[in-house]
Amino acid sequence: MRAYCHRLLALAAVFLVILFTATATRADPYEDALAHFLADNFNSTIEGINGVASSGHPLAEKVVGALQSGRLLFSAEQKRIFYRDRDDGDNLYDALTGTSAAAPPGDLSPVRLNNRVRGIIEGVIGSLTLLSPDPAKRLAAAQAVFKSRDATALPTLEQAIAKETNSRIKRALIEARATVILFLDSTSEADKTAAVATIRERGDQDAIGVLRGLPAGAPPDVKRLAADAIVAIERSLAIWDTLQNAWYGISLGSVLLLAAIGLAITFGVMGVINMAHGEMVMLGAYTTYVVQEIIRARYPGLFDYSLFIAIPLAFLVSGLVGILVERCIIQFLYGRPLETLLATWGLSLILQQAVRTAFGPTNKDVGTPSWMSGSFDLGHIAITYNRLSIVVFTLLVFVLLLGLLRFTRLGLEMRAVTQNRAMAASMGIRTGSIDALTFGLGSGIAGIAGVALSQIDNVSPNLGQGYIIDSFMVVVFGGVGNLWGTLVGALTLGIANKFLEPVAGAVLAKIAILVLIILFIQKRPRGLFALKGRAVEA
Amino acid sequence: MYNSLRPAVARPLTRRRLLVTAAGAAIGAGLGFPAFGQDTIKVGILHSLSGTMAISETTLKDVMLMLIEEQNKKGGLLGKKLEAVVVDPASNWPLFAEKARELITKDKVSAVFGCWTSVSRKSVLPVFKELNSILFYPVQYEGEESERNVFYTGAAPNQQAIPAVDYLMSKDGGEAKRWVLAGTDYVYPRTTNKILEAYLKQKGVADADIMINYTPFGHSDWQTIVSDIKRFGSAGKKTAVVSTINGDANVPFYKELGNQGVKATDIPVVAFSVGEEELAGLDTKPLLGHLAAWNYFQSIKSPINDTFIKTWQTYTKNPKRVTNDPMEAHVVGFEMWVKAVQKVGTIDPDKVIDALPGIEAPNLTGGISKMLPNHHITKPVFIGEVRADGQFDVVWKTDGLVPGDAWSDYLPGSKDLEADWVTLKCGNYNKVTRTCGGA
Repeated sequence: MRAYCHRLLALAAVFLVILFTATATRADPYEDALAHFLADNFNSTIEGINGVASSGHPLAEKVVGALQSGRLLFSAEQKRIFYRDRDDGDNLYDALTGTSAAAPPGDLSPVRLNNRVRGIIEGVIGSLTLLSPDPAKRLAAAQAVFKSRDATALPTLEQAIAKETNSRIKRALIEARATVILFLDSTSEADKTAAVATIRERGDQDAIGVLRGLPAGAPPDVKRLAADAIVAIERSLAIWDTLQNAWYGISLGSVLLLAAIGLAITFGVMGVINMAHGEMVMLGAYTTYVVQEIIRARYPGLFDYSLFIAIPLAFLVSGLVGILVERCIIQFLYGRPLETLLATWGLSLILQQAVRTAFGPTNKDVGTPSWMSGSFDLGHIAITYNRLSIVVFTLLVFVLLLGLLRFTRLGLEMRAVTQNRAMAASMGIRTGSIDALTFGLGSGIAGIAGVALSQIDNVSPNLGQGYIIDSFMVVVFGGVGNLWGTLVGALTLGIANKFLEPVAGAVLAKIAILVLIILFIQKRPRGLFALKGRAVEA
Repeated sequence: MYNSLRPAVARPLTRRRLLVTAAGAAIGAGLGFPAFGQDTIKVGILHSLSGTMAISETTLKDVMLMLIEEQNKKGGLLGKKLEAVVVDPASNWPLFAEKARELITKDKVSAVFGCWTSVSRKSVLPVFKELNSILFYPVQYEGEESERNVFYTGAAPNQQAIPAVDYLMSKDGGEAKRWVLAGTDYVYPRTTNKILEAYLKQKGVADADIMINYTPFGHSDWQTIVSDIKRFGSAGKKTAVVSTINGDANVPFYKELGNQGVKATDIPVVAFSVGEEELAGLDTKPLLGHLAAWNYFQSIKSPINDTFIKTWQTYTKNPKRVTNDPMEAHVVGFEMWVKAVQKVGTIDPDKVIDALPGIEAPNLTGGISKMLPNHHITKPVFIGEVRADGQFDVVWKTDGLVPGDAWSDYLPGSKDLEADWVTLKCGNYNKVTRTCGGA
């Protein structure tokens, strides 16, 4: 008995010693976790993140947030961690104490990240900010937990759902809880069934992703329900897919229209085959680049308006170049299409090489204003702001141009000259200057197109080449000399292309469209909207 | 009147354009470069200075001029000055062959450094064989080739594509299970994707988990493809995109990815054709965290790289000028050529070709690359992540140098082939039938 007692005492002593040493070295789980960031190794950084997150330390959110944006720094020499506070002018703080770092060490370098670490950070921040007072943060947190399926976040989720008043965030929170439940073995089958229903209601690609990825150990009934849900979601998404394709088609069509609309005037209305049309577009894009460079250097606050400033300037630059070209070259070549073709072709090469010499052969970085970045969801269609802006802008340009031709004196004279030059001249219209102005207008509109295209394509000397063939295709298909034909032609080609692309692939779709146009032109040589009457014979 | 014009618009475009560019290039080439003196060793530089490839190739011409100038400062080669002969093949593949012939027969260059696209390399091959000259080819390519007259200083697929896929399969790379192989529609992406597909299947990836997609050159409307990738990626398995999309088309591709909210943490894209030079011309915001696989990055710290960057920026008088992987390939290739010529003491092509295998030269990342008997070189492989400043953070690298493999081990037709110009004297020796001459 006594011996037993001794043994027990000894055991207790050993236990105490262990406990003591443990508390002495592991004074604080937070401090311990921070030390992992010193290793400059991804695995150790992940341990650090999880440690900091589970420590419950008040600085945890700040530290992980700083890590996410590359503001968590470490000094290998002093074995200390610091963070820069974004809310506080990027001042340096000691991550251990949260006090301002008076004399920072010289060897500070940021803790490095890779995609795996970033993914973990997103999940951790989601779990940490579920109860944030900022609704935007709560929503982001709910979406992050939906992806991370962090089981430890479940109690916080319940708490957040109970407190949430905003219905959209509540929905996101409930969906997040559903994924956590589905991926946790310990939850009941009834809970899982309810969770599948919640995910089914969400009804998008991510929902399918969750249901497809169910763990192998899930109950068979839940699996069956999930399979049903996938079929149902896919069926409803198929309809949305059609709408999505239609939207992509409209968006591609508007780009084609924008590139072709200037050509519809120079080729369609004037009958000049202008191979340098693409280069007018390119000049517009480079004007945008120059405008942005000046704004970046002198007035950085104006950056979001840079495109509005670039539009009139691009119109002027390309328009003036157009007038110059018309006066110096094209006016001597009217009625000689082959010579015009060759001359403007040479001109396009000269313009390209001139820009290459002036700006260099590399692409130029044209920034996207903040209001044109990102996307929003309309039902299950993702609509990107830059494409939407281009569609709206194109229609605006189209309407303005139509109005100009229809309701202004210049427009009237343009139509008169193109329909019957001799008659117009004898009515006192100076046909020479009208020719120059019309060509300038067509080129100027190409310049405006360049501003818009700089947002979705590369700004390089070759920019125009990619659009010239498409532009001719649109104008010829729509019917030469008719702006409405150009509109319908561009949209038809765009939509046809986008419906063919998922089936045939991008390369074949392009070929198919070309073949279809050739066949169509055989049947209707004058295009969709043919001009009738004596004007045609001129 | 319009009727008669319409066919004229659509058809003769390409042929005429070729003619005009050809004429322009001929004028450009005629200018040449001033000679140092009577007795020089001439080095040909065959890179496009105009047309679509000018964006990438102009830099390589500049780096060659710099290397030749540096070598001349060190006293030239074999007691003679080196002289650069620059021609402009204008991104026009048949013109490459014409210009190569001109360099070898008219200018009598001792070696040519040049070409970028595989098409251009294939078009000059017969010329180099016929006239027995030497070509150094500095760009990563699809492999499946080993010629006696060509030295491949860029990466073969096993030095770029295969390690990149290995990385994405690893824990740090995100353990990808589903793969999108997206590329521009020409020989390099097609062959590389064929190799990758075979490799992935060998690793147990199911057919349904591989999506292959090709787009035309300069493709700018990525909406459909990006949403296809998104859909493919939402199957509950980690998805990665391996991109062999060429140069220009990358910018709208990454923009669309950013706009549709595809983040690198969800679906990482590893690119084989996006380097520092390409990033210099674009807004890097939508690319952050996406990956590139190369054998060199400007951001890699090594004394030799620091010196090289400094020399390059002084030479181009632009303190912001970036360096990239094909430039490094030229640096290594040029050094190897110089050493081989010094070793045999002559510029006689047969002797230099025989001397090159086994020659070692330091690469810019701190290792020593070696020319192998199959005319490929050993290289380290790095995976870099795009940073906000247009540079890369190296997140992974191979343990040592990887020897370039001319014939892929994963393609049925080529796994039995071996290239060895030292003992076998053959570029496509069949190990099974024991004959030289392919499958």
